[in-house]
Amino acid sequence: MLAEFLQYLFTGVTIGATYALIALGFTLIYNASHVINFAQGEFLMIGGMATVSLTAMGVPMVIAIVLAITLAGVLGIALQRFAIAPAKQADVVTLIIITIGASIFIRGIAQLVWGKEYHVMQNFSSDEPIRVFGAVLNSQSLWVLGIGAVVVVALVLFFTKTLIGKAILATSMNKEAARLVGIRTQMVLMLAFMVSALLGSVAGIVVAPITFTSYDIGIILGLKGFVAAAIGGLGSGVGAVVGGLALGIVEAMAAGYISSDYKDAVAFSMILLVLFFMPRGLFGAKVVERV
Amino acid sequence: MLNRFMQSRLQGLVVLTLILIILPAFLSNPFHYELATQIAILAATVVGLNLLVGFAGQISLGHAGFFGLGAYFSGIATGTYGWPSVPALVAGAIIVGIIAWIVGRPILRLKGHYLSMATLAVGFIIAIILNNERAITGGPDGMPVPAFEVFGWELSPFGTYSLFGLEISGVQAWYMFSSVILLLAVWFALNLIQSPIGRALRSVKGSEVAASVVGVDTAKYKSLVFVISAIYASLMGGLYAHFQGFITPAIASFEFSILFITMVVLGGMGSTFGVILGAVVLKLLPQVLADFQDLEHVMFGLILMLTMIFMPKGLLPTLTAAVSKRIRKKTGGEA
Amino acid sequence: MLKTMIRRAGKCAVIAAAGLMMMSAQAAEPIKIGSFLSVTGPASFLGDPELKTLEMYVEKINEEGGVLGRQLELIHYDDVGNASSARNFASRLIRSDRVDIIVGGSTTGATMAAVPLIEQAQVPFISLAGAVVITTPVKKWVFKTPQSDRMAAERILTDMKDRGITRIGLISGTGGFGSSGRTQTLEVAEQMGMEILADVTYSGSDTDMTAQLTNIRNTKGVEAVLNFGFGQGPAIVTRNYAQLGMELPFYQSHGVASDSFLELAGSSAEGLRLPASPLLVPDSLPDDDPQKEVVQNYKAEYESRWDSKVSTFGAYAYDGLMLAVRAIEEAGSTDPEAVRNALENIKGYVGVTGEFNMSPEDHNGLDADSFRILEVQNGEWKLIN
Repeated sequence: MLAEFLQYLFTGVTIGATYALIALGFTLIYNASHVINFAQGEFLMIGGMATVSLTAMGVPMVIAIVLAITLAGVLGIALQRFAIAPAKQADVVTLIIITIGASIFIRGIAQLVWGKEYHVMQNFSSDEPIRVFGAVLNSQSLWVLGIGAVVVVALVLFFTKTLIGKAILATSMNKEAARLVGIRTQMVLMLAFMVSALLGSVAGIVVAPITFTSYDIGIILGLKGFVAAAIGGLGSGVGAVVGGLALGIVEAMAAGYISSDYKDAVAFSMILLVLFFMPRGLFGAKVVERV
Repeated sequence: MLNRFMQSRLQGLVVLTLILIILPAFLSNPFHYELATQIAILAATVVGLNLLVGFAGQISLGHAGFFGLGAYFSGIATGTYGWPSVPALVAGAIIVGIIAWIVGRPILRLKGHYLSMATLAVGFIIAIILNNERAITGGPDGMPVPAFEVFGWELSPFGTYSLFGLEISGVQAWYMFSSVILLLAVWFALNLIQSPIGRALRSVKGSEVAASVVGVDTAKYKSLVFVISAIYASLMGGLYAHFQGFITPAIASFEFSILFITMVVLGGMGSTFGVILGAVVLKLLPQVLADFQDLEHVMFGLILMLTMIFMPKGLLPTLTAAVSKRIRKKTGGEA
Repeated sequence: MLKTMIRRAGKCAVIAAAGLMMMSAQAAEPIKIGSFLSVTGPASFLGDPELKTLEMYVEKINEEGGVLGRQLELIHYDDVGNASSARNFASRLIRSDRVDIIVGGSTTGATMAAVPLIEQAQVPFISLAGAVVITTPVKKWVFKTPQSDRMAAERILTDMKDRGITRIGLISGTGGFGSSGRTQTLEVAEQMGMEILADVTYSGSDTDMTAQLTNIRNTKGVEAVLNFGFGQGPAIVTRNYAQLGMELPFYQSHGVASDSFLELAGSSAEGLRLPASPLLVPDSLPDDDPQKEVVQNYKAEYESRWDSKVSTFGAYAYDGLMLAVRAIEEAGSTDPEAVRNALENIKGYVGVTGEFNMSPEDHNGLDADSFRILEVQNGEWKLIN
């Protein structure tokens, strides 16, 4: 009984940590610009695919990872600079469609460059699974959780201790006021997209040994990230982490205990339930509507 | 802008009717008629969706769920249980309307992205059920749907019919039928927009708080328009199923929901004729881009992005604004 | 609007066609082979090798002088795995491009969506999809090259029975392939008096199937596990299976019969069995096996042309194209009725998938023996029987 429960929990927490990292990316961009970035999943794909293809070309793993993350960061900046910034007068839903267009475009390029096959990435450490009370834990899961934790701590420090982090926060709270105190808001927005892309690519790299990677892996993982961010409450960092983990655990538990056919439906019903009682998600800020 | 649009309500319908009458002169084979018929059905769906998105300002990312439910209800009722087509369509629309009303009340209290999220979840749940209930829906491989029939008279894209002594093919008959449906859909939407309900809706879009302060029951009107747009989707889904003759759960998928909302935004939110243009463009674009093979998706993404960046108000509103500006300039020059 | 767009599309097609004509420098009009395949999207596992195969063999046949002295022209569209666009492209092939024969339809959904139209338009159609419903009951104009999923289920369960296994845990994908395979497995198991004790599923985009496998592991009495699905899903199932330390005999379906599956699953695949065409083990076929040469050639040609591994799915397209060519040659023209009759009467065509013996009652023409049972040993496919 315990072994079974632990097994579902391990599965849920691992995939949940991935959702959390993607959700953090959504949150970051949402905070800075109120854009829901549907191309978030593509950063994840770029991270995994670039690492795999670079290592296949003989680049050492560590350098390949650094290059892949850099590529994603550059892409994040480009997305803000060339697709979001020029459309600043646009409606929220128009911006969503722009990011959907961008994700189709990026995916199309990735398919041309890297092909349509799935690729394997080696575990960072041993392939040997770890046994805990009769349940089995993939060693890569520890990497996912560990790196996830490091990233969250780094983000907290970034926003509370660094000038740039504070500038992003200030811009997200009040763009006009931020500009008045001398913050270059356009630069800040580009930074937010870049950091978000870095997060996505890191997530894509650490889970690739578990999930494989391909040009279209970002579609569904990106969507799940959005779902996690909404459960937690858009704009809340804590919410993104909790939402991601909750979504992952509910999926795994539903697959194990209820019905594998309907595990995704269970997860989506949970969202409806959460929103029904907490219309702004678990940790969403109460915003007073200005009339 | 909106006012002028209202005044030209009849003019718009007349222009659309003329286009639909003249169009067959440019359709050179049955495949073109099929495309035109599909476009008309999808256009009627997004005319309904536009009531919700464009006029009430509520974003739905799950509308394909209602479209798919309507399609499957028609397919199952006529195919499995031998119902006649029209009662099946109507019953499907009523059921979908009730479902929309039940889920709509709690969902529509939500704002902005949370509402999108909730509609997305509803759409996903519907798609998952259609995919999993193999015994009823045929599962992911889909199910055949019988031809549309009224009082024993069958409208099949493969038949031949005579109209005023002229022999016409099944696809031509379907084209005429779907054109009439589209005109009815537009006519109903335009009337609704101009009615007191429409005014209440626009006030909701402008500012929900202000609307409720002056005594508009915002929740009631939002639910109402949500139900109406779901009924539009259900009816059109049923017709689409009959026309296609075969349906799979993909028509209830998230991708299809995104396609619908993109048609609205690309064509021009809040412009009934704009969203029809959106449906035309998004249905034809893949056919045109199919010749580019590997580059198809890259080009589609690029076109979508660029259009929205440079025409954030949508195709038709931007084009009409440009045209009227030019006319004003011209007349100004002459004066 | 519609007109200009379609005209523009037409222009592109004309330019492409003109290019082909110039290259061939042949006066006779080309024979048009139409195809709609899931080249991208969730079923690109199927469509991608199928398109590559069609392209390279149409090229090759043209270099060798074409068919009936005429060049072949391949017109193909990507249905992205969506049945509705498959139907539209089938319509475009028939009505706009006016093709002589269609070889395509990667998935069962895409095939079945196009079937009513094709039957009505009376164009010979060779489907590349697996489900048994495509050719049972027989449809006048519809043929198919893959063995049905029912045959796969029969072959797997027979092999289990030979090993004394009667109680099975089933895990399948919720996509068309897995879902139809699941239905067939349940039916065949009942007929053969075998029991399915656990029946769980995963969706095509799932990234971890540990929960489902744990469920099977905790079901008392399960003697073997079968996974029906294609894509990356079964590779993840295989890895999770190994991680959980499950040691029951493990079977996969023909949906993963390719070397790239071995790459993905790695050492976890050790010892698993699946039914497949002999394509994966051409060299271990006995020399007197009629399929040996065909299979060896296809594998060598495909891998040298595309620099990627062959898969069973590409082979379906190879057989589809060769059957089409053979039927057109025997009919002596591209008259649809004549080609259809010729197709229906093809006997003893030895293809990569198996030996085809078509008849008015059987538009597939393969028997379950065309599946061989393979086992993964030391990271390679081994022919068991």
